[in-house]
Order: sequence, then C-alpha cells, then structure tokens
Amino acid sequence: MLMISPKMASGMQEKQYTPCLLNFFIYNPTFGPREGEEEKKILFYHPSEVEKNEKIRNVGLCEAIVQFTRTFCPTKPAKSLHTQKNRQFFFEPEENFWIVMVVRNPMIEKPNKDGKPPTIEYQEEEILDTVYGAVVRQCYSMYKLFNGPFGRAMETGGVELLMQKLEKFFYRYLQTLHLQSCDLLDVFGGISFFPLDKMTYLKIQSFVNRVEESLSLIKYTAFLYNDQLIWSGLEQDDMRTLYKYLTTSLFPRHSEPELAGRDSPLRPEVAGNLLHYGRFLTGPANLKDPEAKFRFPKIFVASEDGYEELHLIVYKAMSAAACFMINASVEVTREFCEQLDGLVGPQLTLLASDICEQFTINRRTSGPEKEPQFKFIYFNHMNLAEKSTIHMRKTASVCLTSVHPDLMKILGDINCDFARVDEDEEIIVKAMTDYWVVGKKSDQRELYVILNQKNANLIEVNEEVKRLCATQFNNIFFLD
Amino acid sequence: MAEEHYLELSENPVQFEHASSVNNVFFDEANKQVFAVRSGGATGVVVKGPDDKSSVAFRMDDKGEVKCIKFSIGNKILAVQRTSKSVDFINFIPDYPHTEFTQECKTRNASILGFCWTSWNEIVFITDQGVEFYQVFPDKRNLKLLKSQSINVNWYQYCPETAVILLSTTVQGNVLQPLAFKNGNVSKMSKFEIELPVIPKPAKLSLSERDVAMATIYGQLYVMYLKHHSRTANSPGAEVVLYHLPREGPCKKSHVLKLNTTGKFALNIVDNLVVVHHQSSQTSLIFDIRLKEPDCSVNTQQPVLPARSIHPYRIPLSGSAVVPSQPPVPCQLYSSSWSVFQPDIIISASEGYLWYLQVKLPPTVKLLQDKGKLMDFLLRRRDCKMVILSVCSQILEGSEKAELPVVATVFDKLNQVYKDYLEAEQSYAAAVESGPSRGAATQKRPVRTQAVIDQSDMYTHVLSSFSERKGVSHKFIIAVLMEYIRSLNQYQITVQHYLYELVIKTLVQHNHFYMLHQFLQYHVLNDSKPLACLLLSLEGTYPPAHQLSLDMLKRLSTANDEIVEVLLSKQQVLGALRFIRSVGAHDNVSARKFLDAARQTGDQMLFYTVFRSFQQRNQRLRGSPAFNPGTF
Repeated sequence: MLMISPKMASGMQEKQYTPCLLNFFIYNPTFGPREGEEEKKILFYHPSEVEKNEKIRNVGLCEAIVQFTRTFCPTKPAKSLHTQKNRQFFFEPEENFWIVMVVRNPMIEKPNKDGKPPTIEYQEEEILDTVYGAVVRQCYSMYKLFNGPFGRAMETGGVELLMQKLEKFFYRYLQTLHLQSCDLLDVFGGISFFPLDKMTYLKIQSFVNRVEESLSLIKYTAFLYNDQLIWSGLEQDDMRTLYKYLTTSLFPRHSEPELAGRDSPLRPEVAGNLLHYGRFLTGPANLKDPEAKFRFPKIFVASEDGYEELHLIVYKAMSAAACFMINASVEVTREFCEQLDGLVGPQLTLLASDICEQFTINRRTSGPEKEPQFKFIYFNHMNLAEKSTIHMRKTASVCLTSVHPDLMKILGDINCDFARVDEDEEIIVKAMTDYWVVGKKSDQRELYVILNQKNANLIEVNEEVKRLCATQFNNIFFLD
Repeated sequence: MAEEHYLELSENPVQFEHASSVNNVFFDEANKQVFAVRSGGATGVVVKGPDDKSSVAFRMDDKGEVKCIKFSIGNKILAVQRTSKSVDFINFIPDYPHTEFTQECKTRNASILGFCWTSWNEIVFITDQGVEFYQVFPDKRNLKLLKSQSINVNWYQYCPETAVILLSTTVQGNVLQPLAFKNGNVSKMSKFEIELPVIPKPAKLSLSERDVAMATIYGQLYVMYLKHHSRTANSPGAEVVLYHLPREGPCKKSHVLKLNTTGKFALNIVDNLVVVHHQSSQTSLIFDIRLKEPDCSVNTQQPVLPARSIHPYRIPLSGSAVVPSQPPVPCQLYSSSWSVFQPDIIISASEGYLWYLQVKLPPTVKLLQDKGKLMDFLLRRRDCKMVILSVCSQILEGSEKAELPVVATVFDKLNQVYKDYLEAEQSYAAAVESGPSRGAATQKRPVRTQAVIDQSDMYTHVLSSFSERKGVSHKFIIAVLMEYIRSLNQYQITVQHYLYELVIKTLVQHNHFYMLHQFLQYHVLNDSKPLACLLLSLEGTYPPAHQLSLDMLKRLSTANDEIVEVLLSKQQVLGALRFIRSVGAHDNVSARKFLDAARQTGDQMLFYTVFRSFQQRNQRLRGSPAFNPGTF
C-alpha cells in the first residue's frame, strides 16, 4: 500500500512516504457493554488480519478518548487525535455508531552513513484534519448511498446483516481511497457543473421531462456531460454523493476501456431507423444477449419519510450520461430496458452532439486560451459548485494536481482559517517557492488563487486577483 | 353529430323578394347586391346589399326584359343590359340628369355577353368577339372607349377583388385568357390551357363556365377548375384543380384537391379555405391549400376534415310581428335552387335569401386529431384566438391531455407566428425611425391577426389556471411551463417575468428549491428586479435564495441601490461600503444610512470605521472632514 515518491534533497537520497491508511474500524459501544464481550462492539475492522486483542485495544482506546473528551464539551465530541506517528479521526454518523480512521503521518526516511538504520522523520503537521475528516464522512455517505443508514440494516437483519454489509462495502471501498491525493477538494465535496447556454439547457430539460413522462417508472433523473453535472432531479446532498460515485468510480471504470480502444470505434446500435450510441453503464452490457441480467445497483436517497430505495440506471451516449432512478420495489424488466434504449438512445445521442457543438462554439468565441499566470479553485457552499484549474482530470486510480503539495497544504490552511469566522475575509500568502497564494471568502463563496509571479509585490498580486475576479466571476456577487 | 357541423349559413341573411314570373332576381358579385326587378323595373327595383347602406329602391321604365343589371362601385351609375347590342346607363349621382343614355358595342355583329364595372366610372363590355373598356361620363351622358381587345370569347368570369376578367377562348373553350384592369389600363396576363379529362372529337365547347371559378386565396389569385370524373381515366373521383395566376409570370397548375366522389359540386372560398359542396350527399368538404403534403411538385391534397353537411338552418317565418309564435321552418340545404357565388355567397332565389357561408372552428377541434395539423389549420383562420387557447387548455388538462412532445409542437407553432409578428413590428418600427420619407411609405404597419397568441394570452387564458388546477401533477405543470419557456427561447422571444414567477411559485409550493436553484444557476430564468425581489422574499424558507438574488442584482448592474439596501439590512455594513466603492458610487452616497446601520450593530469599532471612512471621503471631496448638513 505504500506509495513512494523519491525526492532529491541536498545530494543525499531521501525517501518520502505519503500519508496512508493504517486502520479503519466501525464500532458501537452499546453492543458489548460488559467485560469480556468487547469484541461484539466491533462491526468492521480493517485490516481484518489484525489480532483480536489488538482490535479490542484500539477500539477501547478510541472509546475512552471520546468519552474522556466529551466531559469538556458534551455537544462537540473529539474529532481527531494527533500523535507523532499517526492521526486518528472519529466520526459518529448515527447515534452510538463510530467510524474511526487512522492515518499514518507522512514521513521522510533519511539514510544514515555507516550502515546505521535510517532516521525517520514524521511530518505530523503536514496533514489536515479538515481533509481527512471529510474523507471519513464521505466513506459514510457512500455506504449510506448504497446501503441506507446503519440503522436500516439493524432493523432488517440485526447486527449480522450490518456486519455483512459493512464488510462487503468497505472491503472494496477502502482500496479505492487514495489518501495521499486527498486535498481541499475533498473538504468541499463539490460538484463540477458543465457550463452551458440557456437554449441547450432548456433542450435537456425538455428531454428529461419527456423521458420521465413516457417512462413513468422513472422517479428522478440526473444529466451529466463530460463528467460534469447539468441537471439533478435528486436533492443536493444525495446528488453530491452520487456525483462523487459517478465521477470517481463508475465513469472512470467505463472510460478506460474506451480509451484503450477496446470498444472503439463504437458500434452504433440500430434501433428502428435511428443510429445511436447509447448504452447502459449499469445493468446489462448488451441488450441483445439473451442471458443478459437486468439487475441494477440500488441506492438510497432522502425522502419525506426518511429514505427511499431506488434502482440506479446509468445510460450513456458519447459524452452525455443520464441517470434514471426507479423505485426499487418495481422490477426492471428487459422490456423496460429495451423501451428505454429505444427512446433515450437516439435522443441522447442527438443531445450529446448538440452540447458538444455548443461547447466548441463557446470555446471558440471566448478566444484562444493562453496559459494563464494563475491557477484557482472556486467553491460555492450554496450550490456546491466547484471549479478547479489546479486539478487534472480524475481517473479511477488517482487524482492529479498540477501544483506542489506544499501549496495545496497552504490552501487547506487558509480554508481552515475561513471556517473559523463567519465574515468575509481575504488572506494573501507568499509561499517559500516564490508563489503567491490568495484566498478570498465572500458570503458563501471561496476562491483560492495561486499566482506564479516571482517579483510581484502585494499590491500587484491584489490587482491581479481583482482582474481575475472581473473576468472569471463577473456575473456573481463576489466582493472585492 | 350536432357539434360537428363546421360550416354554417350566416345568421342574418339578406332577404329579398323571391324570383317569380313577375320578379326577376339578379346578383352583382362586385357590390354583392341582389336586384329584384319587378315587371322590367316599372313596378320597382329593390336592391339589397350586404348592409342597409347599400340597399336602394327605385323605379325605371320598362324597356324590355332586363338581362343584366349592376351598379358601378359606390352606387354611382346603374348599368342595365336589355339587348345583346347595347347597355343602358342611369345616373344615380344627385344633381346629375337622370335620363337614361345608351352605349352600343363597337364591334360590328358582336353580341354582348355581359359587362363588369371596374371602378365607379369604368366599365368593361364582354362580347363574343372581344372586350371593350369604357369610361363613363355621367355629366355628359356619354362613354369614351379606352381600350379594346379582339378575341373570340365563349364565356367569361370576373373577380371583382382583383379586377381580373377571365375569358374562355378557342373552340373547346379550355384556353383561358385573364385580363387585368387597373386605372384605365388593361393588361394581358399570360394565358393558359386547362387539361380536359377527354378531348372531344369533333372539337366542341367542352369547358363549362359552371366548372370554373376565380378567387383569391391567401392573397393570391387562383382559377379553380372542377374536373369531373371521367369514366375512361382511372381516377376514383372528381378533382378541383387550382391554377395560380401571379400578377406577372406564367400561370401554374398548383394544387389538386381530391374529392373522392362524383356528382354535382359547387365551390366557395371561406376564410381562405376551399369549400366544395356535394349536392347528392348533401355534404361539404374543406381544403386548406397551405397544409403541405410534400410529395410532388403539384400539391395533391385530401380534405382537411371528413365531409359534413352545413349546420341545419331554420328560416324564421317573416311576417308581421303580431304573430310571432310561428315556429321557424327548417330550410332545405343543398337545394337545387341554390346558386353559389364567389367567394362565400349562397343564394336561394326561390326563397329570397342571400347567405354568407361561415366556418365554425370549435367543431374542427374534435374532427382533427393530429394537434400539430390542427394548430396549423387554426392559426390560418380569422377568428381563431379563443379556439386555439381552448385547444391549449384542453391538451394540458382532463381526459384529452396530450403528451409533452405534442404540447411542445403546439407551443412551437404558436410561437412561430408570434415571432413573425414581432419581427414585422420591429422592422416596421425601424423603418419609421429611419425616416418618415421613405420607410413608412413603403412599409405598412403589420396587422396583428388573431393568430398572434402572445405570452399574456397564454398566461391569462391557459397557464395560470392550469398551474393552479388540482389533480394535475406538479411535475407535469413544471414540464409544461419549461416547455413553453424553451419554445419562446427557441424563437428568441424575450420571456416575460410573470412566466418565471409562475415557475418559481410552482417549484416553491412543492419545495423543489434545488431545481429552482439549478434553473437560476443556468440563467434559464432571466434576470430582472422583480425576480430578484421575489427571490429575496424566499430567503426565509430557502437561505441560498439570498445569494441568488444578490447575484442577479449584480448582473443587472442597475440595481446598486438595492444591493446596498440588502447588505445593510443584513448588517453587512462593511460589505456594503466595499461594494459601493467598487462600483465607484462612494462619492455621492448618503452617509446616514450607513452610519445608522453601523450604529444598530452595536459594534463601536465598526461605527468608528464607517464614520472615518466618510470623513476621509469628505476630506477628499471638499477639503474638510465635516459633513454637509444638506447632503448628510
């Protein structure tokens, strides 16, 4: 699991180790209150091969810390514990259910001369509570999206079922956590929206409404293009988690074979007389296959009375993806899928090419893009809209940033400062590496800019950011 | 069945003394007057026009049987034809001598087939050997020959609207020569030949006057030819063949209307529809030549609607008002005594009635299932507005609710017409602005027909009641509203804010704030101050509305005062101050409200900061930190 990125420093070979996951466990102290029954508290433990007593010890320690700190502030229990070697994060998503994640601090291994064992330097201040706290919360949200809350499994099948579900879900999910590349964007957990002109947007609206009308089983629809959201019929919080799943797991899994050329050139399906490129990303890979299974992942979303269970059908044509959600109590049949394919396939194909056309027109009119002197991250708490010119496209395996981790750390620090106060703020930092980092907060919006201007002074940097706001954010109320 | 009669006779027919052995009845298509001539005029001539003003009664000497009698336009001069050689004239202009004067046709041995007035003092004689065009001088009581044309004529037809006379020439009669008359001039339009179903041998007159009519349809002149079914040709029924007669250029066969039956037919034009009456089945068919059936160069068309008879008509028994209890008598429709005239006149000489044929639109709604086609049809009719609006309501609610694609098609069709009108208005306005000398003279102000259904019509008659109706799913309501907005946008029509308010209201009512947020995020709902204020009012239930509203005010760029008010009301005094500076309005803003707001926060430091800021401003502006008493 260790990711190693060697770094050159002062002629000596040093090894730098990025933060990594040590433990991840879920427990409920009320399940084994008596001595000798401590094991019953543990619902899930990673890594599973850890010896039982050690599991019990670690869980007990966490329980004790939480209990102890609660005496100081009953309403806000401890969120994290900093130690030299690692950091622990505590999260109680449902009453008495605790999720704990233990992250090993990044460290530098300095080789010693004379064959002595290398010196290890832990960089305990390098990781941010906000970032990993958000990762833990995201773990829970993702579990809840596919399984419903812990309480639901308890109601239907008791502890055993819950443990099964946790095992099944987290065994795979934890492998997809890439703690070394978590950063400010994980704190935001935002949604990237696809910029689109009004007319095309209305066409998409029209498409969604028509599909929902003719296939009345469909309860909610979400529409994405290029992995960016355009329309969500789901409420914001559910969409946030679903979006995360789609963009970091489902889409990358399907785009990689495409990129690898296995599927390409895409064979257009012939339905009626209309050529279309639609296909199911969840459910049957090939409708024509007589053996095809019509099973779709189920998801849980908030509803007026708690939560509801839905089938998640993801259907994609070229770069446009539509998620259709159907009440889970209804069986999705072959006929329905064929009907959907016949109806949605041609329309979605057409829309996708429309959007693509509009997009290229807009890009052309906005002029040739020069490599800007700055990079930025924008986030709006109100609609969760995020925009980053720092991050490259996300793939299933890793999220790439184009700036040095130190700068990302500064961004995270500024974000923590912003979180402490309600008022609008602006922070300008000169980084060690001659970069300027500017953070601005206006009402519910945050903007982080990294400028690469070596000899600029504070006033020039301020002017530069003003210019950026005027060009990039002129249509929102963003105070200078 | 009763609601399915889409044709009816006008409720107030022109009544005249019915034809009899002593009373001859004539009809003048130009003035639409019926002449009842009793005993050659000696015992009176009663002229009934479409309205009371054009009705006249007079006496004239009986100088023999009247063959034809017509007033010039405006009832100025009366022309009476009694022989085949001459026409007599009587002045009806006050103060002019009333004695008759006579004009014989100039061509020797020719006999007059008839005459037509083309203006108040210009008249055309049509003889079997040509046409003679005269100007009448009522004061001098004589005529001057303006033009003449020599050509063999079998029969003729006259279209008063366009002042075009159509002459049937050649032995078979199927070569038609149209002549246009205007301001003392005759112009020959291109002649054309009508294809006969069978060519007779030996040649003889085969094209009957009865089978040809002229009319203007959608502003264009057409010759309609009723082509009877021939046993040799394998066509299943008779056809009406339309020839388009442009002002310039050759005449072209343009449409073939399939009647799918045989028998006796008569033609009318009502509201630009070709109505074909079929006597034996006592039904009528209608055709709309603008409904496109795009398969070949000559547009072959089927009837728009299934054949139906004219709405039953009852004749109120005229008579003295003393016995009003007499029940009205049903009138025999499609009677053999009916005469049909262009464009929309039906006369029963034996009963003494002249009706105008009318189209009733409401029954067509049920008969035409395809809503897109129905809209195309309705949008071209004269009194269509309320029917269209009722169709719109119908497809949104109740048992006949249509699917969204149909709703979208209907909206698109309405907005196409709406857009065309707006564009015409705009170019007219531009022309007027560019200079009264040229622009306004060449361009007429566009006429707003009933087919122009604007947003306020839709809002008042359809959408507002529909959105409040119980039992309609809100999903459908929102989908319909968005579809209408999409359609307006597609035709680049500025959407009125009340439509957006309807959308917002519906979304808010069902707690779909996140949907609303997304619409605003993509600027689907256009910015406006009323909308921004509406959003502000939602802040209590949906906090993000505050940000949405401020963004909108900012984009409007004319709402800086409002932004300051909003910020101050939130006690964001520094924010307000920074904003007012950023837009450069710091110098002329009133310090009082800022200081007031700062004081209300109870934050002394804040108050001091604001106060100092204004002092510095004063210093900069007036060289003194003091506040001006007046402008404080």
